Amino acid sequence: MIHLVWLVPFLPLLGFLINGLGRRYLSKSLTGVIGSGSVVAAFVISLLIFFEVRTPGFAPQVVTLFDFINVGSLHIPFAFQVDQLSALFLLIITGVGSLIHIYSTSYMHEESNEGFARYFAYLNLFVFSMLILVLGANYVMMFIGWEGVGLCSYLLIGFWFKNIDYNKAANKAFIMNRIGDLGFLLGIFLLIQQFGSVTFTEVFAQVPGIGTGSTVLFAIAMLLFIGAMGKSAQIPLYTWLPDAMAGPTPVSALIHAATMVTAGIYMVARSNVIYSLAPCIQAIIAIIGLATALLAASIALKQNDIKKVLAYSTVSQLGYMFLALGVGAYTAAVFHVMTHAFFKALLFLGSGSVIHAMGGEQDIRKMGGLKKWMPVTNITFLIGCLAIAGIPGLSGFFSKDEILAHTFGYNKIMYALALLGALMTAFYMFRLYYITFSGKFRGTHEQEHHLHESPAAITLPLIVLAVLSVIGGYVGMPEVFGVPHFLAEYLSPIFAPSAPYLHAHHLSHALEWGLMGLSTALVIVMILWARGKFSNYQDAGTENTGIAKVLENKWYVDELYDAIIVKPLMALSGFFQNMVEKAGIDALVNGVGRGVKWGSGRVRLLQNGQVGFYIFAMVIGMVVLLVISLFL
Amino acid sequence: MPVQYYIFLSIALFCIGVMGVLMRRNAIIIFMCIELMLNAVNLLLVAFSKMWVDAGRVDAASAQLFVFFVMVVAAAEVSVGLAIIVMMYRNTHSVDINILSRLKN
Amino acid sequence: MGIQQIIFIVLSAIAIAAALGVILSRNPVNSVLCMITCFVAIAGHYIMLNAQFLFVVHLIVYTGAIMVLFLFVLMMMNLNAEIEPQKRNWLKYAGAISGGALLLVLVAALRDASMPAIQSTSTEIGLVANLGKTLFTSYVVPFELSSVLFLSAMVGAVVIGKK
Repeated sequence: MIHLVWLVPFLPLLGFLINGLGRRYLSKSLTGVIGSGSVVAAFVISLLIFFEVRTPGFAPQVVTLFDFINVGSLHIPFAFQVDQLSALFLLIITGVGSLIHIYSTSYMHEESNEGFARYFAYLNLFVFSMLILVLGANYVMMFIGWEGVGLCSYLLIGFWFKNIDYNKAANKAFIMNRIGDLGFLLGIFLLIQQFGSVTFTEVFAQVPGIGTGSTVLFAIAMLLFIGAMGKSAQIPLYTWLPDAMAGPTPVSALIHAATMVTAGIYMVARSNVIYSLAPCIQAIIAIIGLATALLAASIALKQNDIKKVLAYSTVSQLGYMFLALGVGAYTAAVFHVMTHAFFKALLFLGSGSVIHAMGGEQDIRKMGGLKKWMPVTNITFLIGCLAIAGIPGLSGFFSKDEILAHTFGYNKIMYALALLGALMTAFYMFRLYYITFSGKFRGTHEQEHHLHESPAAITLPLIVLAVLSVIGGYVGMPEVFGVPHFLAEYLSPIFAPSAPYLHAHHLSHALEWGLMGLSTALVIVMILWARGKFSNYQDAGTENTGIAKVLENKWYVDELYDAIIVKPLMALSGFFQNMVEKAGIDALVNGVGRGVKWGSGRVRLLQNGQVGFYIFAMVIGMVVLLVISLFL
Repeated sequence: MPVQYYIFLSIALFCIGVMGVLMRRNAIIIFMCIELMLNAVNLLLVAFSKMWVDAGRVDAASAQLFVFFVMVVAAAEVSVGLAIIVMMYRNTHSVDINILSRLKN
Repeated sequence: MGIQQIIFIVLSAIAIAAALGVILSRNPVNSVLCMITCFVAIAGHYIMLNAQFLFVVHLIVYTGAIMVLFLFVLMMMNLNAEIEPQKRNWLKYAGAISGGALLLVLVAALRDASMPAIQSTSTEIGLVANLGKTLFTSYVVPFELSSVLFLSAMVGAVVIGKK
């Protein structure tokens, strides 16, 4: 099955080509079947590959399709690497991707035929790029996918391109990602310069030889992490992700929650050897991840747009994943990527279902009491909230607990802060849930009349994702339960090379039980508090003051960036445009032209038609030449 | 007799030819001065030929044949050149080269 | 001072004086006559240098044909009168000065050149037999090409003359 791995990205590419080229001629149902079918087929193949990879003792295989770049001693083949990590990501991407494609057939049904096909073409292209990203056997392939998903993200955020704000959001996402991509690109160059190769297996084989504490390794690790920062929305490059919610909700679910934004985590996990050998970069990653988690969670407390809350929640959860990477808990990070993909996709799709029912309304203050009309959405959304909050027995509990436990072993203060973030998560998620689904309906009568449960194409993915959100965690149960950690065993070949450089922190069972109990108890307290506060929410309409206002305005980070980066740049470009270009370059260019014109006007008079003068000039020239050649 | 004598004689004749070209405006005189310059060079060639023969070179006849070819070319040039001057005189009733200072008309 | 040097000086004096006459005389016909004198003096130098064949060709082609052609054209145009307007003197001075500069430069450059001297012995290299043998063996292609040149010059002269 492994040799057929090229089919996995190829099928979505085919879907993209058919839908993209035939968008004027295909009917909606055909487009939906092609778009979803290609991803479902890719999922089936991924599943078969996964079962093959799962067998113990599977060695990573590289499938080379063709030579991509051959320059001097640098060989970059177009090759796919099939191993435990990429197989797992294949499953997540194609699995969640399939559900979201099916969901989209219903959600986007009001689009025109052409827009519908365009949407599916972009979505398929995204899946293709994402698969290239995780399948690539070298950093250049990864970069191709990396740029591809960035492009698709841009196209899909600006899908409704007639709205100027959406275009601005798309531009913001694209430009912010460029900053990170530059770091990634420089990192690749440095890798080529240092190792003469970008192929994972070759680079990772050479890295331990350099030894820990090497400056160039730090530089590579930092540059690659800057790339991850942009793609995975970490401080300081996170502000694009909340704005990216301008795209259709399934896009937010697929790209900006479940898959693309985890590319950074994938990259760091893939390069775990490099990072394990650069402990100070790991510390930076942990600090940035934790700071992002706290900042985003605090912003989410006061947001009123249903998708914005989820977006900040995503940023926050990504922060947790980076925290896990930073403390060396690579398995926990990948575990959280997986569970997060399930419950965050579920939450986004649930919010999409709500928005669909509300006729496009996204402000939770105008919702309320929706559980009466939308039972399936209500239940699944509740499951998603419970999972992300970390209620024992659901997937989020296991993955988050693992991260917290590793953080505890790494640093107690960071553990406390991470726990605080987790509590905030529980609070804002249940604030969102109670304001939206309980209490009385606060919208217009027209909206109330329109309220309905969504069709099966929407509820079915919700149910599947809800089930996954519940059971997804059981592949990685903590040791104290006496069950093997399946995921850790499965992924151990990937992270084995970095094991010698990490300091394992073994917590005693009693301590682990204690930590679990503490976080669970506090989370339940938070949920109850949120319930008491928001289950009968009435919009008071008063202005927020103090810290609440700061949070509602997202810590004024956008304004800060505007003031310290955008405005000075604008001023600088204005200066360049008005002063340097007009007075300097234009004047220079025009001056050269004018000078030549003036000079030629003078020189022209030399051609006076007098043969005598010409001969005279010729003789003078001869004399000069003779003097030069004979005497000088 | 040093060959320098002939060199200086040739230079003198050549420079007189140059001066004539520069100073006179009569096309025929200018033409004759060009012939004078050619002859100065011819004289030098012959002198060098003699010099090399005296120094023992047996292939020095080439220089004299070169003079022969210069004469050939000069004769051809004169025939065409004089034809042009005749044409010029027919059109402008003058052989002053400064009359022909425009490309058009 | 041998007889050859005396002859050389006399011929050189005649040649330079006649050349100056060419460029200084007002009347074009006088110029042509000076030119003929100059060429005859140069022909004398050819004899001195044992270039008998060239001496003959020079007299026939230059003095006999070319200069007569010049004279013929001058007379046909009736240019014996003084027709050259005497203005723009600065061009004359500039021409004289630049020609003199050329003279100075060349003389200064070649003054110290060391070359074999010319002997007073006679050689046979300039005889028709020797030159003819070389011309029709080594230089037969240029010789034939020069005939083409003559043909084209003839055609050109006719075409220009007919317009």
